[in-house]
Amino acid sequence: MSRGVLATEKRGIRELGAEEFVGWDEVTHGVILPSFEGELKENVSHIRPEERDYSDFNSYTATVASWRVIKPVYNRDICIDCQNCWVWCPDTSIISRDKQMLGIDYDHCKGCGVCVEVCPTNPKSLLMFGEAEEIEDALAKWPEKKKKAK
Amino acid sequence: MAEKMELKEVEVWDGNYAASQALRQAQVDVVSAYPITPSTPIVENYGAYVANGYVDGEFVMVESEHAAMSGCVGAAAAGGRVATATSSQGFALMVEVLYQASGMRLPIVMTVVNRALASPLNVRGDHGDMYLGRDSGWVQIDAFNAQEAYDLTLCAFKIGEDMRVRLPVMMHQDGFLTSHTAQNVHPLSDDEAYKFVGDYKPYEEMLDFTKPVTYGAQTEEDWHYEHKARQHKALMESKDVIDEVFAEFKKLTGREYKRVESYMMDDAEVAIVALGTTVETARVAADQLREEGIKAGVVAPRCFRPFPFDEMRDALENTKAIAVLDRSAPMGAMGALFNEVSAALYTTPNRPLVTNFIYGLGGRDFSVEEAKRIFKEQKAHADAGHITTPIQQFSGVRGPKLGFFETKRGN
Repeated sequence: MSRGVLATEKRGIRELGAEEFVGWDEVTHGVILPSFEGELKENVSHIRPEERDYSDFNSYTATVASWRVIKPVYNRDICIDCQNCWVWCPDTSIISRDKQMLGIDYDHCKGCGVCVEVCPTNPKSLLMFGEAEEIEDALAKWPEKKKKAK
Repeated sequence: MAEKMELKEVEVWDGNYAASQALRQAQVDVVSAYPITPSTPIVENYGAYVANGYVDGEFVMVESEHAAMSGCVGAAAAGGRVATATSSQGFALMVEVLYQASGMRLPIVMTVVNRALASPLNVRGDHGDMYLGRDSGWVQIDAFNAQEAYDLTLCAFKIGEDMRVRLPVMMHQDGFLTSHTAQNVHPLSDDEAYKFVGDYKPYEEMLDFTKPVTYGAQTEEDWHYEHKARQHKALMESKDVIDEVFAEFKKLTGREYKRVESYMMDDAEVAIVALGTTVETARVAADQLREEGIKAGVVAPRCFRPFPFDEMRDALENTKAIAVLDRSAPMGAMGALFNEVSAALYTTPNRPLVTNFIYGLGGRDFSVEEAKRIFKEQKAHADAGHITTPIQQFSGVRGPKLGFFETKRGN
């Protein structure tokens, strides 16, 4: 994946639940959590995620990678940039820019496999592998195109 | 701009109409409601005020009370002044969302017209629904007649919306006895009433797109406790704001409210503690007994939550015997009001004798004669120096006498 598209590369990331613990007198009013630091000067939908000043309360700054036991691996050589996986991912963990699929945000992906399920190419451009599998090894094991049954 | 309504100096309103007029004068932005007897006319009237141009607001019809309170939570989080009304089964269906509203610190005002809880099905008044809300984190204020229902509904907005409180408020009145009994009510003009309540001040509202926020976040054992502790503190400290709002209301109208209402308690030897319309019944009984030489007085928590522990103790500590009346089926325990009053009195040096009466369930009438009988029983306890009956008794129930628990004092 090209660099600089993950917020984590700019500001670091922590394990979910590893935040600083404060007393009752310092928790937010009504458990109301701000998404960003300070006030926004422009419509946030016009700012790319990696450039947004997310607050520490936003899930974007916490990783849930440890929840995953299997992971999707992305094969650029087969992908047709249809954006199906980007649309369907329940955790916005498919990184796409200018309608081009760049890869997976492994800090937030929980390994649900929806992206693999909705991938329309033959063979699929996304496949699930064990969490410990190296990406290079996974790509080397990629299956051949399946012939249509007559 | 909403049309103004011309009101006379004295109007003949029942409790429901009085509460709905307060909702109109506060110019509530959103009422999300699923009407239920006996509170139906409150939201029905609000709907009519919207339709006729007397309020700039929205009446949202939903498919259940759970949805009604959810609609209130959404509208309040969005940044509007929000109110609704309910009773009994509807209240019970709302319970899950009541905790959401208070946890999110949303200053919704709910006018609750108290009604018994089924089964058996019953539309008449008792305090089962009010008690069901007592741990829900809402401020709970109780009106004893239509005038109070009007006055205190106006106060409810000002209390809940104060930046030091920001908690939802329930305004209770007794089903039918208050809600459907027409009485003389002295209203404020629309301008005076709105000036008293003030403009709604949004806080961390979801419709502020320059500062997006999350409401209803999940916490587990690592954060939940701290948030609940902070919420409890806000509710406990709302008492100062309630006192301030009552003082301001008195300055405006001359009508005085206190978190604990005491009647002829300066020299009272025996007292009744009660909620709702029963307070007025007990006051009439106390008046009559004073003529017979019995020093009777009446104490009522105007504010059920936060519970006025100190004020209750101060009001009662010099009496000898007290009957605490609970209009809710206690189901396996002493009445809730009895427990709380007793706890307050346990901290006094003299520890007056306290007994518990369950009464008036499902709208069973509670008469002046019965109140006098209960006062006289307290006098007998006071003279004997200990409780001479079971500690908990059932007043006004047909069949053999029903009572539970004996005292160990005086034996």
